[in-house]
Formats: sequence, structure tokens, C-alpha cells
Amino acid sequence: MHEVIQYISSYLTSDKTPGAAGNMFWAFVYIMLVFLGLSVAVIAMNWLERKILAHMQVRLGPMRVGPHGLLQPIADAIKLLLKEDIMPAEADGFVFWMAPLIVVLAAFTVFVVVPFGPTHAVTDMNIGILFMLGVSSLSVLGIVMAGWASNSHYPLIGALRSSAQMVSYEVAMGLAVVSAILMTSLNASGTGTLSMIGIVQAQLAQGEWFIFKFFPLGLIAFFIFAVAMVAETNRAPFDLAEAESELTAGFHTEYSGFRWSLFFLAEYSAMIAVSSIAVTLWLGGWLRPFPNWLSGETWNQIFNLFPGVTFLFFAAICFYNTVRMPKHPLFRIQTLGLAGFGVVLGLIGLILFYPPVSGRMQDVFWFSAKVAGFMYMYIWYRGTFPRYRFDQLMQMGWKVLLPMGLGVLILTAGVALLQEYLKQIWHL
Amino acid sequence: MVIGGILVITRKNAVHSALALIVALLAQASLYLMLYAPFVAGVQIILYAGGIMVLFLFVIMLVSIERSMKERQFNSQWVVGTIAAVALGGLFIAVYAKGKNTFPEHALSVVEDTNTQEVAKLLYGQYMFAFEIASLLLLVAIIGAVVMAKKRI
Repeated sequence: MHEVIQYISSYLTSDKTPGAAGNMFWAFVYIMLVFLGLSVAVIAMNWLERKILAHMQVRLGPMRVGPHGLLQPIADAIKLLLKEDIMPAEADGFVFWMAPLIVVLAAFTVFVVVPFGPTHAVTDMNIGILFMLGVSSLSVLGIVMAGWASNSHYPLIGALRSSAQMVSYEVAMGLAVVSAILMTSLNASGTGTLSMIGIVQAQLAQGEWFIFKFFPLGLIAFFIFAVAMVAETNRAPFDLAEAESELTAGFHTEYSGFRWSLFFLAEYSAMIAVSSIAVTLWLGGWLRPFPNWLSGETWNQIFNLFPGVTFLFFAAICFYNTVRMPKHPLFRIQTLGLAGFGVVLGLIGLILFYPPVSGRMQDVFWFSAKVAGFMYMYIWYRGTFPRYRFDQLMQMGWKVLLPMGLGVLILTAGVALLQEYLKQIWHL
Repeated sequence: MVIGGILVITRKNAVHSALALIVALLAQASLYLMLYAPFVAGVQIILYAGGIMVLFLFVIMLVSIERSMKERQFNSQWVVGTIAAVALGGLFIAVYAKGKNTFPEHALSVVEDTNTQEVAKLLYGQYMFAFEIASLLLLVAIIGAVVMAKKRI
């Protein structure tokens, strides 16, 4: 028993990702943790989306199922599991079955390289960002297969439109990513890196997040990527291909029950994946705000308190709402449930104050907080912007974002070269 | 990869053939990985499996395939086909037998970490001219496609 604890604690203080250390057991544990975290995140996103959209539209959202609708995602999951599994007649059975599988596989495999911390990735490939872009482009294939295998015209048109949109915005995304990768090469040896952990370490070494570098070039590249990633995941305002009023749910019309929930899972996972790319490339990954400027022991300790304080804040909100619950005997269970949820959140907050846990979870917290900010922006866009018509969408992808991406790339390369040249002149 | 290749040519359904081609291309990417070239493998997945095959599938789905599925498949050139395949196989065997010295004796132990940098150095240094010619070729192809698809020039 003592050896087991020693083994675990010796690994917790290691400085390598499980992939670099070649350790299969810990790689498996990390994969399970990432999968668990992702599932919880998707469930939370489901609830958050309905509640936040509702509050933006001055209504309440789900309130019945649990206290303030907290058990609504579980009810949705049970409903989807129990629904009848329909396959259209004359649909291509094998392709119909494979399509959601491919989309889910592509959306989840991407998380192998996502860097939650300096050693908190499952593995750190040398071509990390290339791998993420490539595997997320495989999900387009799954969508095309889904639309075709349903053997009906709405899904076919929806699938072709959706995949055309995704392919066009991948080009703009790629250009924005390249201009961020250019900025990683402004170091002493003159070589950049494609690995996700390396990109964040380059931001740490250069002392500024890439979104602020060569102002406004980093900002424009980030903006191009932010728009392209919303179009890439088929979310509002670019969701013509799956909007109910246009195409009766597009490529996943003929899917019901569990198969539909796989598409839904893959969509939210893809959202989290491209947000992770944006956070890693432009917003400094797992770095806390001002890692170089406000450095030193006291500032480190102050920023160490943030995770615990956040969870205690959520717990305080839960307790406040518990007090505000209606005092009717039928609401007793809900009130108890909400108070229990608040206690759980408070306990998590208190655990996060404990120094060994806090030191390890610090990076994961900042990364997740930034990705959560992006998720909120996704929901905000859905509640605010009207939908783009398909020709307007394609026009924006090819005629606006692509030239902007090319311009940003050329200007970034020019300014980077100028900076290196001036450094050589002045420091020699 | 072999299974993917065989499935491409034996399936009646064109979409199944395209999917088998995707499997073959992904297997090709893993072959690149085994040869210590991760950059090429990544680019193969992005471009071939994620881009070109999507366009293939577009065309297959927009062109009606039910008619071609119901047509009877015939192969009345099987004699010439067999002779050509045997000749090609013989050529391969002759190259391997005679030219054994041109193949490296054991797997090259190249450093995998700097694959991207090495490819970039070669592409933009030694083979810059070929790079520019290839991009000119792509430009011609794009202009041709736009001209053919426009309603009024």
C-alpha cells in the first residue's frame, strides 16, 4: 500500500507528459480523466446553453426537472437513450452506422494533444497543432456520410452545405494558425515549434500573449480564427445547415435517439477543441494573467487562491438561491438538492485551497477558465446574431476572411523579420 | 492499406469505394509516421483525407449513381489486364533483385523531432524552384476552374 502511494505521488511531481515518458498506465489514466472532464463539460454546456439563452431572452429556461433545471441534461440523456432507433428504408446501413462514429472519433481524438498544463497533456506531439487541424477536418467526412446515408433530400442538401462551409472556413483557420505559429520562432535559436506545449512556452518566454503581439496583427489573426471556428463547428450564426427553420435539422434529420446524441456530443466536443486551439495559440494556454510582469512569491500566492475562490463563489450563489426558493412543502426536495449541490461545490473549493492539489490544478484551472469564456461567447453569439444565408456565409469565408488571413500572414512575417533584423543591428 | 485498395476497386457502390480510398490514405499517413516523418503524415491527413476526399464525395453524391449501380459489370479485357499486371509485377521483382544496392540497408535513423524544420529547409532552399512551379500549376488550375464555372466572363 505504501508503495502504491509512493508510486502515485512520484508521478504527480513528474515533469513529463505520459507520452514523453512512455508510460502506458498514466497515459491511460490521463485519457480517462480527459474523457470524464469532457463528458462533464458537455453536460454542463447543455444546461448552461439553455439557461443562458433563456436569460438573454428574458425568460427562465428549464426550472422544473431539478432545482433550477440542474437535472435537465440527465433527463435529456435518459430520453435520448430510450428513444426508438430508426433507420430510413433504403438507407445505406453500413455508412449510416459509421457516420456518427467517425464524427465522434474525430472530435474526441483531438484531445490527446490539448495542453492543460506544462505536463498535463496526454502526449505532446511535435506536430501537435497540425494533428488537431487534421483530425478535426476528418469530421467533415462523417457529416457528408451522414447526409448521404439518410437517403432523403433534406439531409443530403444539409450535409453538402455544411461540409462546403466547413472546408471553406478551414482555409481561413489555417492561415490564422500559421501567422500565430510564425510568432513562436522569435526566439534565440530562430526555430519555431508546432507542438502545443511549445507554443505556450514560447508565449511565456516572449513575455506576451500572442493576441497582443505586433498589435493589431495578433488581434486580427485571433479575430479571424474566432469567426472561422464558429463557422467550423456549425454554430450560430453559421448554423444554416442544421437550423430547424431552414432544413428541418439538416444532416442529422434521420438520426434519432442515441445516434443523434452522438452528433450532439461531437458538436460540443468540437467546440471545446477549437476553443482550446484558440486559447493555446493566442491567449497563453495555461498561463495565469501576467506571469512575467506580476511575478514573485506573493503574486503567485494571490493567483493560487483563484480556483478555490471561484468554486466558493459558485457555492455562495447556490446557497443564496436556496434561501430564495419558494417555501412550499412540494419544493422541499428541490431546496435540499440545491443546498447539497452548493455543499459539493464548496467542498471542491476547499479542496482546491490545499497546496499540493492547488499547485497541480492551477494550470488546468486557468486553461479551463479561458475555454469556459469561449463557451460563453458561443452561447452569446447564438443569442445575439441572426443567421447568415448560405451564399453570404460562403462569400464571407472566401472573399473576406481569406484575404484578411493572407494579409495578416504577410504582415506578421514582415514585422517579425523587421524585428529580428533590428535586434541584430542594435544588439551586436 | 492493401485491404483499402482492394475494396476501392471491387465495390459496386461508388461511395463505398471513396470511403475505402479514405482508409487507404489514412494507412498511407501511418506509413509516413513509421518512416519518422510526422509532418508529412499530418499534412497527408489534412489535405488528402480531409480535403480532397471530401471533394470526391461531393462529386459522387451530386452525380446520380443509381444507374451505374444497376448496370451489369463486365470485364472482357481480362486477358490483356492479366498480361499487363504480370509484366508490372515482373518489373518490380527485377528492380528489387538487380538494384538491391540502391535501397538503404536498414531503416534510416533520422531524428524525428526536426522533421518539420528539415522539410522546410529543403523545400524553401534546395527545391525552391520546384515549389514555385508547383504553386504556379495550382494557380492555373484554380483559374481554369473559375473560368469554367463562371456564367459570364
